[in-house]
Amino acid sequence: MVENRRILGIISHIVLILGVIMVALPIWITFVASTHDAVRMTQAPIPMLPGSHFIENFKQTLFGAGLSGSEGAPVWRMLLNSLAMALMIAFGKIAISLLSAFAIVYFKFPFRMGFFWMIFITLMLPVEVRILPTFEVVANLGMLNSYWGLSIPLIASATATFMFRQVFLTIPDEMLESARIDGAGPLRFFWDILIPLSRTNIAALFVILFIYGWNQYLWPLLITTDTDMTTIVMSIKQMLEAAEQSPQWNIIMMTALLAMIPPVFVVVGMQRLFVQGLTETDK
Amino acid sequence: MLKRVHFPTSVLPYLLVAPQIIITLIFFIWPASQAVYQSFLIEDAFGLSTEFVWFENFQILFEDELYLETFWRTIVFSAAVAVLSMGSALILAAFADRVVRGATTYRTLMIWPYAVAPVLAGALWVFMFNPTLGIFPYILEFIGIDWNHYLNGTHAMLLVIFAAAWKQIAYNFLFYLAAMQSIPRSLIEAAAIDGAGPVRRFWDHIFPLISPTTFFLLVINAVYAFFDTFGIIHAVTQGGPANSTTILVYKVFNDGFVGLDLGGSAAQSVILMILVIAMTVVQFRYVERKVEY
Repeated sequence: MVENRRILGIISHIVLILGVIMVALPIWITFVASTHDAVRMTQAPIPMLPGSHFIENFKQTLFGAGLSGSEGAPVWRMLLNSLAMALMIAFGKIAISLLSAFAIVYFKFPFRMGFFWMIFITLMLPVEVRILPTFEVVANLGMLNSYWGLSIPLIASATATFMFRQVFLTIPDEMLESARIDGAGPLRFFWDILIPLSRTNIAALFVILFIYGWNQYLWPLLITTDTDMTTIVMSIKQMLEAAEQSPQWNIIMMTALLAMIPPVFVVVGMQRLFVQGLTETDK
Repeated sequence: MLKRVHFPTSVLPYLLVAPQIIITLIFFIWPASQAVYQSFLIEDAFGLSTEFVWFENFQILFEDELYLETFWRTIVFSAAVAVLSMGSALILAAFADRVVRGATTYRTLMIWPYAVAPVLAGALWVFMFNPTLGIFPYILEFIGIDWNHYLNGTHAMLLVIFAAAWKQIAYNFLFYLAAMQSIPRSLIEAAAIDGAGPVRRFWDHIFPLISPTTFFLLVINAVYAFFDTFGIIHAVTQGGPANSTTILVYKVFNDGFVGLDLGGSAAQSVILMILVIAMTVVQFRYVERKVEY
C-alpha cells in the first residue's frame, strides 16, 4: 500500500467481505439445505442456519437409494464414475500431450508443422460445435456407455501440447547435447530429464484437467444411457427434474455438495499449482 | 521449432505423435468435416432420401426469425455475463490489491466457484430462486416483485446470467489480481507523490496498465458464455420459457438431439465453428501476453 489511509483500508475490507459473501452464499445455502430434513425444506422461507440432519442425509444420499422413487444408480457409484472419467481425461491428456510435444520440439521430421497445425485446430473445435457427428463416431465404435467413450474423445488437447512445448523450449540445448554425449537415447532423455524437469508443470496441469474432466456435462449426457454410467454432475439435472414432482431438496443439495467437494478441494488444497496451471494454459 | 539440436530422424517421432493425431483425426477432424458436409444436405420428412442443397440450410437459418433472435439473445447474454462478472471481479481485485493483510485469504475464499460445474452452479441458483421456497423470491416479495422464472422470460434470463457470471468471477478475479500485482510499486508510488488519490490512480494508471488483461478476459468470457454455459441453461430453464433463454449452443443441441433436424443443426454447428475460429484468431493475434511498461 502506498499511503496509510485508515478509512480506505476499512472500506477495502468491507467490500472484500461483501464480495466473499456474494461468492459464498450459494454454497452456504446448499450446505444448510443438506443439513435439514425433507419436511423442513418444503416450508418457506427456507432456513439460513444449519440443522441437525447432516449425517442422516449424508448416509441416505451416499449409500441409500438417494432420491427416493428414482431408479438411478447409487450416488457412490456416480462419484466413482466421475472420478474414473476425470482421472482418465487428466492422465490421458497429459500423456499424449507430453509425447507429441516431445516429438515436435526434439525431432525434425517431415510433416512436423502439419502435425502441429492439426493439433492446433482442435482448439477451434469444442465438443459443442460437433455434437452429432462425434456422437455418431463414438456410437459406431461401440464406445457408448463405457469409460473409454467418456474419456478418449476428450483427451486430444492443443493447450496441453502447447504448454509442454513452451516448457521444453525453455530447457537449454546443452542438456540434450550432454545427454547425447553420455549416450542417452531419445526415450531415455525424455524419461530421465524432460519429465523430472517439467514435474511442477505436469502437476499444475493435472489440477486444471482434473476439474475440467470432473465437470464435464454435455458429453456424458450424450453418450451414457445406462444409469450405471451416470456421473455425479449429470445426476443433478435429473434430480432437479424429479424435484418438480417430489421436492427433496435436502437430498438434492447433499448430492450437489458431494459433487462439488472433490474439485473444490483440489482447487483450494493445491491453490499454488492451480493458479500456475490456469495462467500457463490460457496464455 | 527453435531448438538448434535435434535427435536424428527415425520412425520414433511419428510413433510419439501418433496417439494425439489419431484421436484428433477420429474425434475432431472427421466429425467436424461431417458437420460441414451435413450442413449442405436436406433430409426429407421420412429420412428416406437426402438431397445436396449447397447453402440452402444456411439460407433457411438466416431467414428464420427464431434463429436470428437466438443469435441476438446470445450476444446480449454473453455481454451481460462478461460485464457483470468482469466488473465485479475488477472491483474486488482492486480492493484486494490494496489490503496488506489477508490478500491471500481473500483470494482463497474467492476462487473456488471456478471448481463448481456449470450445471451445479445452475442447480444452486435455481434453488435460491425457487418461486415457492427460494430465499430471494421470499425477499423480493417484500418489495413487490413476484419472481417466477418458470413463467417470466426476463426473470429466467436474469437467473441464467447471474449463475453464469457468479461462476466466472473467480477466474476473472485471479487474472485481474495477478495483473495488478505485477505493476511495479514504484509507478504507483510516483503517482501518489504527484498527488493522485486512490481513485485517480486506479483510473489513470492501474486500469490502463491492465488493459491487455481486460482484453484477454473479454475473449475468454465470450467463449465461456457462448459454449460453457450449456449446463447452466440446461439445468435452470431448458431454454424456456418460450425460448427466452435459448442460446446458440442450446439450440444446436435441441434441434439436433431433440428435434432431429440434422441439416439445420449441422449448419448451426458450422456457424458456431466459424465463431470459435474467429475468437481463437483474435485471442492469438491481438492479445498480448505480457503487460508492457
